[in-house]
Amino acid sequence: MTTETLPEQRASDSRVGGHLRNYFERVRGGELGALPAVFGLVVLCVIFSVLRPAFLSAINFANLFTQGAAVTVIAMGLVFVLLLGEIDLSAGFASGVCAAVLAVLLTLEGWPWYLAVLAAMLTGVLIGLALGSLVAKLGIPSFVVTLAAFLAFQGVVLLLVKNGTNISIQDGTILAIANNNVPPLLGWAGAVVGVAAYAVIQITQARRRTGRGLVADPMSVIGFRVAALAAVAGVAVYVLNLERSRNAAIVSLKGVPIVVPLIVLLLIVWTFVLRRTAYGRHIYAVGGNAEAARRAGIDVDRIRISAFVICSFMASVGGIIAASRANSVDPNTGGSNVLLFAVGAAVIGGTSLFGGRGRALDAVLGGAVVAVIENGMGLMGYSAGVKFAVTGSVLLLAASVDALSRKRAAAGGRR
Amino acid sequence: MSQGPILELRGINKSFGPVQVLHDVAFSAHAGEVTALVGDNGAGKSTLVKCVGGIHQIDSGEYFFEGRKVQVHGPRDAAELGVEIVYQDLALCDNLDIVQNMFLGRERRSGLVLDEAGMEEMAAKTLEGLSVRTVKSLRQHVSSLSGGQRQTVAIAKAVLWNSKVVILDEPTAALGVAQTAQVLELVRRLADNGLAVVLISHNMNDVFAVSDRIAALYLGRMAAQTKTSEVTHSQVVELITSGRSGELGLGNGNGATS
Ligand SMILES: Nc1ncnc2c1ncn2[C@@H]1O[C@H](COP(=O)(O)OP(=O)(O)OP(=O)(O)O)[C@@H](O)[C@H]1O
Ligand SMILES: [Mg+2]
Repeated sequence: MTTETLPEQRASDSRVGGHLRNYFERVRGGELGALPAVFGLVVLCVIFSVLRPAFLSAINFANLFTQGAAVTVIAMGLVFVLLLGEIDLSAGFASGVCAAVLAVLLTLEGWPWYLAVLAAMLTGVLIGLALGSLVAKLGIPSFVVTLAAFLAFQGVVLLLVKNGTNISIQDGTILAIANNNVPPLLGWAGAVVGVAAYAVIQITQARRRTGRGLVADPMSVIGFRVAALAAVAGVAVYVLNLERSRNAAIVSLKGVPIVVPLIVLLLIVWTFVLRRTAYGRHIYAVGGNAEAARRAGIDVDRIRISAFVICSFMASVGGIIAASRANSVDPNTGGSNVLLFAVGAAVIGGTSLFGGRGRALDAVLGGAVVAVIENGMGLMGYSAGVKFAVTGSVLLLAASVDALSRKRAAAGGRR
Repeated sequence: MSQGPILELRGINKSFGPVQVLHDVAFSAHAGEVTALVGDNGAGKSTLVKCVGGIHQIDSGEYFFEGRKVQVHGPRDAAELGVEIVYQDLALCDNLDIVQNMFLGRERRSGLVLDEAGMEEMAAKTLEGLSVRTVKSLRQHVSSLSGGQRQTVAIAKAVLWNSKVVILDEPTAALGVAQTAQVLELVRRLADNGLAVVLISHNMNDVFAVSDRIAALYLGRMAAQTKTSEVTHSQVVELITSGRSGELGLGNGNGATS
């Protein structure tokens, strides 16, 4: 109900200059998005590759992916819970429980891999249902519920693997997930199809919007995004397709690790859910203002429970990957630093601990940062103690950035 | 208006724990009219409105819509009837943009996917109808809007749907002089288009400027519901502050006249 018009500004939004200006305005207003994570990633990579040239080797590059995969996947699930302003401290050991279920069924009971995987995932879903119901229906703070579950699941893992023995995994399919690679040509095909599909989606979307007279991203910006994606995917596939084996005559080791397309697939699915479906919209709404969501007729309890289900389900997938990478499951699977690394990954990537802000991509960016720190410091020969301390500091730093950007947004009249 | 009320409440009781906030309240709103709901702070106006909107369940009492008795168990039931409410605290999600807020809970989709362009178009049209032009982009987060702009978005959200009853809980509280005039004009226009409008306000000038009927709540009881033309300024003030005014008000039967 106000009078002044800003037609020039509107028109300029469709040009590159306006687009950039809007972007900088948002950043200054506290919406940092992926900026800190990407910046951190670049800085860390430069530091490590200068100090330890081995960091840049093809074999180490491939290692980064398999090292970070489980944490990244768990972090992707945590994003859903964090979006609601809740926390799941049990996600690490939930992944351990699911991995243990997988190992017991595969190795001790002799189930086929697909049934064992299904059972592990179902375990994750049930865990999420239980946690979510306690939080949403009984109203116990998620911090307390999942702290209790953290302890309990640790016990469950111990019980499942019979007090400390470890269960090895021999099934070829499960082992392939974190140990085998996609054939080089297929890797290239996947990258090309992926980039092309992204370009087509972006362009048709912009076309449709312009056709209806709405402000759309300018083609040059879309071109830039597509080019950036193509560059990242191209370099990654190229390096991963290099021969990594010390002795290529005996065994050839090259290609994109299978976990990479798996993570990309999960990323696409959850990004679609969060950004393009009503359900995703409702998750953001509940995280932003639960009472407003309730008044809009959204079933807030159902949303809460479902977020915990997604989180624990993703933990089960993370557990399966971890089991595959370690070739076994032991009482420490999903334990020690897994949860903190996963929460750290989500927050470092830009997901807010206060709820309402976050993306599936955050988990991948943050997961990459965490993996690079762990890997790089390992190469430099630092002990686990130093690694923990540094990762903890990075998490604190990310949380500070989160809190400060929120404060900044509040100061700018945004709440 | 000759037909019966489109929205009618009878004998509404509502308690929060031991505190009874609404006592045997009767209330009605007619199509094509503006009904002002007045009362002191804490009289129970917002509570009554939330009962109408399905946010609070009524303890007892009857809810009629277009002459039929209905049960409203949640916000969706009210929305399905065609009742839209602009709440006093606006109930917007700061982390969502204007379009997302306006369609919250009732997103348009094609298949599984949200129809973003369609929603943006409809939102733009509605806001244009309210002659809102200061917002830079419909895609800006609500957190970056001024108080008045937020109010406008909340109102636009209510008129977006082809609703039959629009209830506005102190819609002008955060607005400047010009914007207040515009909201009042809108309120009148909605009623002239055949909607039943309920306006909650503490400003007697506004109430007398736009309303056809006035309902006065006093300590959770309906003191009187009368035609605006049949009461004076000071009578309404008396009803608000003491629950009665001469013939009108509590203590003289149930108070619900005309
Ligand atoms: N959820 C609740 N729980 C307990 N008491 C409540 C609740 N909501 C309202 N009340 C009480 O009900 C009474 C009426 O409140 P209500 O918000 O309906 O007043 P109002 O007429 O809208 O006042 P105002 O003009 O200040 O907006 C108040 O005494 C308030 O304390
Ligand atoms: Mg009120």
